[in-house]
Amino acid sequence: MARTPKTPKTRTPAPETIIDRRIVVDSLSRIEGEGRLRVVVRGDEVVEARLSIFEAPRFFERLVVGRTGDEVIDIVARICGICPVAYQLTAAMAFERLYEIDIDPAVRELRRLFYWGEWLQSHALHIYLLHAPDFLGYPDALTLAKDHRPEVERGLALKHAGVAILERLGGRAVHPVSLRVGGFSRVPTRLEMAALRPELERAVSDAQATVRWVAGFTMPDFDREPLLLCLRDPNGYSLDDGRLVTSEGLDISPADWESSFVEEQLIDSTALYARGIDGRHHLLGPTARLTLAGDQLHPLARAELEAAGGVDPIRRNIFRSITARAVEMLHAAVSALAIVDAYVPPDAPRAKWSPRPGRASWSTEAPRGLLFHRYDVDEAGHVTAARIVPPTSQNQASIEDDLRIYLPRVLQLPDAEAGARLEALIRSYDPCISCATHFLELDIERLPAGGADHVA
Amino acid sequence: MARLETARPLKVGVVKFASCDGCQLALLGVGPLLLDLGAYFEIVEFGEASSNRSSGPYDLLLVEGSISTIEQAHHIRDLRGRTTLLVTIGACATSGGIQALRGWATGEDIVAGIYPRPEEIATLTTATPIAEHVTVDAELRGCPIDSGQLLELLTALSMGRRPQLPDESVCATCKRLGRVCVVVAYGEPCLGPVTQTGCGALCPAYSRGCYGCFGPREKANVEGLAADLAARGLDGAEIARRFAGFTGWAPDFRAAITARGGPPGFRTEAGHGKDA
Repeated sequence: MARTPKTPKTRTPAPETIIDRRIVVDSLSRIEGEGRLRVVVRGDEVVEARLSIFEAPRFFERLVVGRTGDEVIDIVARICGICPVAYQLTAAMAFERLYEIDIDPAVRELRRLFYWGEWLQSHALHIYLLHAPDFLGYPDALTLAKDHRPEVERGLALKHAGVAILERLGGRAVHPVSLRVGGFSRVPTRLEMAALRPELERAVSDAQATVRWVAGFTMPDFDREPLLLCLRDPNGYSLDDGRLVTSEGLDISPADWESSFVEEQLIDSTALYARGIDGRHHLLGPTARLTLAGDQLHPLARAELEAAGGVDPIRRNIFRSITARAVEMLHAAVSALAIVDAYVPPDAPRAKWSPRPGRASWSTEAPRGLLFHRYDVDEAGHVTAARIVPPTSQNQASIEDDLRIYLPRVLQLPDAEAGARLEALIRSYDPCISCATHFLELDIERLPAGGADHVA
Repeated sequence: MARLETARPLKVGVVKFASCDGCQLALLGVGPLLLDLGAYFEIVEFGEASSNRSSGPYDLLLVEGSISTIEQAHHIRDLRGRTTLLVTIGACATSGGIQALRGWATGEDIVAGIYPRPEEIATLTTATPIAEHVTVDAELRGCPIDSGQLLELLTALSMGRRPQLPDESVCATCKRLGRVCVVVAYGEPCLGPVTQTGCGALCPAYSRGCYGCFGPREKANVEGLAADLAARGLDGAEIARRFAGFTGWAPDFRAAITARGGPPGFRTEAGHGKDA
């Protein structure tokens, strides 16, 4: 919503708390969805660092009750306009696992192409239109384009290469229509697939140029060692299969997220946080995947990663996630091209199946990190209960930890500048707040007095 | 529709309420044209894309999402007062979106079903279209909207003419494109005959029936289609299921759903007999 412009405000401190300082960014910009940042410091001590969500809840877990697997695929797409395929495919794979459907290898490859297309468009959107302006000192990509038009056009071309895949396979890039339990409603002809080739060839070289471009950005100093969580697949880079692994050695099925992780509504918090059952939380997304599965990258992407300084600086500095995203974009483009080149249409677009009761669950890697779905299904194939854990709710504790670590370094700056730096840190996670199927509204009653902070 | 002063770039705001952000994305999806919009439009508020923010006034405000909290209901009225032309974009803003289906819940605490501490959540029991709260000057349908229709709207406004948006059913578009009819060929239920066009008859092109994401067209014969679905063997619950999608709260679809006991997951005993 259009709120008061986001200029950070400092509450006029009451005399007895004169050393308190509050920085509030009422409406975070250049992220998907609606969030607010609030930090409180006393002297050098960080009292509170909180990313609040005021995205209105839409209750998706309730909306899928009574629906069939195919309907669920259409509905959960609407959780996020940026990564609908992540939601569609995770749901489809969960139902297929429960129904023990064998998916034709050619259909599996097409689905990977579909997902790489979404990665390409989502990463290009984030790198060029949302994130790069932070490093180059612009408020947005349109302003950036006034001085750096060729680069922004390259970004739009990369984004379109992903969109072209989504449109070819799914009819449209936002909420595509073809994915079904068991396969697709329609698959492309070889001729249609071949038409994607020129744009993808260009995307490969554009993505290489992107890695070099962003690796040259001046990064804020930031250093910490995060715990990491992602899929790891012995047959390829983390996407939709393999094992769910952490940097401390957890190794479980992507269907079993709930055996090791929980969602909590903390007493002093207004959001659901996902954490390990041991109370620890993990960093998800490109940084985690590059670190734990970088050996599975395409050689072209691995070479660019090494030339950009390798994975260690990326892992330790969240601002460098832009480089991780660029490397993954290159991997997505070159993998997509290989699938297009090897394409032979499957015998049937969709396997035949019948529903069976039980629990359908699966995880895949959305562009911004691990996504978990679970559906309880009755005899008729209708959902009776669901849980959807988007990447941003799993990353939220990491974001707040990083804010606490980073805060002391920006405290000497004026509030507006400090707020902008902190906002840039949050943006480095590519948070998708629209995806927050069940984040809560900020409890504005709990904010300290001083009406100016209370824009809701 | 009112005409706008075009001597200067129009001040445009893009805002959202309860939604997925996918319709805003259509603006970023117009490709390199995006970089040249500046000659005609000054985008002064677009939180998803820019750190420069403005609380108005706006010559044109594009509104995504439906109203699902008290704060949002207040906020849209406030925005209307600072806006010359207000255009709703997408199924959420024009008919409530998928989240509007919670309007059928009776005597159920949906919040408590999902959150351990439901008292923290301030939400309305309904999610309603923007036009139920303020006057809307124009709407773009679809879940999501079509980028081409958005460009047509912007072009028309910049030139001070009426936007040329197609006014026919998906079925008519599908026939004109020479597509195989999924009802005739595969026996697939299809909402094409009653749904507003704009998508290019996408679902039939992908071998499935239209699921109505552009919503009912004006004076659509919804009951006529329901009778046909019943003749093809669908009972009332299954017919309600077909209409209860992303535009299920649009009045014409809503009436057909309610007459058949409500959407899946929200059904009551009343109305089960219809079409049986």
